[in-house]
Amino acid sequence: MLTLYSNPKWLSVARAAVERLAEVVGFPVEQCRSITRAVDEALTNIVRHSYSNRFDQPIAMYFRRAQRRHDGQVQQGLEILLCDRGPAVDPSKFQGRPLEEIRPGGLGLHFIQQAMDTVEFTRKGSTNRLCLVKYLAHGSSVL
Amino acid sequence: MEAVFSEGDDTVQISARRHDKTTIFDLSGDIDFANSPVVRDSVLREIRESRTPRVVVNLSQVRYMDSSGVAFLVEGLKASRDLGFRFILVGLTTSTREVLQLSRLIKVFEVYDNEDQAMAS
Repeated sequence: MLTLYSNPKWLSVARAAVERLAEVVGFPVEQCRSITRAVDEALTNIVRHSYSNRFDQPIAMYFRRAQRRHDGQVQQGLEILLCDRGPAVDPSKFQGRPLEEIRPGGLGLHFIQQAMDTVEFTRKGSTNRLCLVKYLAHGSSVL
Repeated sequence: MEAVFSEGDDTVQISARRHDKTTIFDLSGDIDFANSPVVRDSVLREIRESRTPRVVVNLSQVRYMDSSGVAFLVEGLKASRDLGFRFILVGLTTSTREVLQLSRLIKVFEVYDNEDQAMAS
């Protein structure tokens, strides 16, 4: 578990931790980068949208191994759960902009969805929970 | 070659120089939500003030760029086009190329491997 404040200066610290963890778990370099990017964008969304750019709010990050059966085989993975105490969010508003449009903004969700196998948002009590899961290729496992 | 400015913090550095009717921005470090507003403001201000017909952004020392970094590049492109200038990216790293490809925006930029190629274009 890693707890940080919603100050963007901590983003680089979170990225370093996640990228190293993904390496140790056994993801290839390209996926380490994409997982790190996904978490960075998710944290940025929490700061911007859930906490409305208030920089002193708590964000908790939980990491644990994930497992699923896929194509008849057990597949190992990494689950990253991001929790914040912001107001409830309407998941239907989680939409990136069409990629055909050439304009700034609206790309973070695309980066998250592109990187992860599962992206799931839930509200539990007073907590927003964003669960991101990425599975290793078959046969890969260092966990 | 005329040095124009240099600024930054622990995570990102940005400097600008002028050469042969070209403004060249050298960026290094990580461009993320923490610092992209500063990078954006510096680049857009310099584009509008320098009024050189060619703007080159050197990304060869950028380790990481998030979606806000992509947004700033799009804004730089639009600001340059509005003024009738060229806006060129050089030295794309693996990380910067990936985010531009994922966002399908790489095709809207003029991209060269290095500064020499951009200056000769």
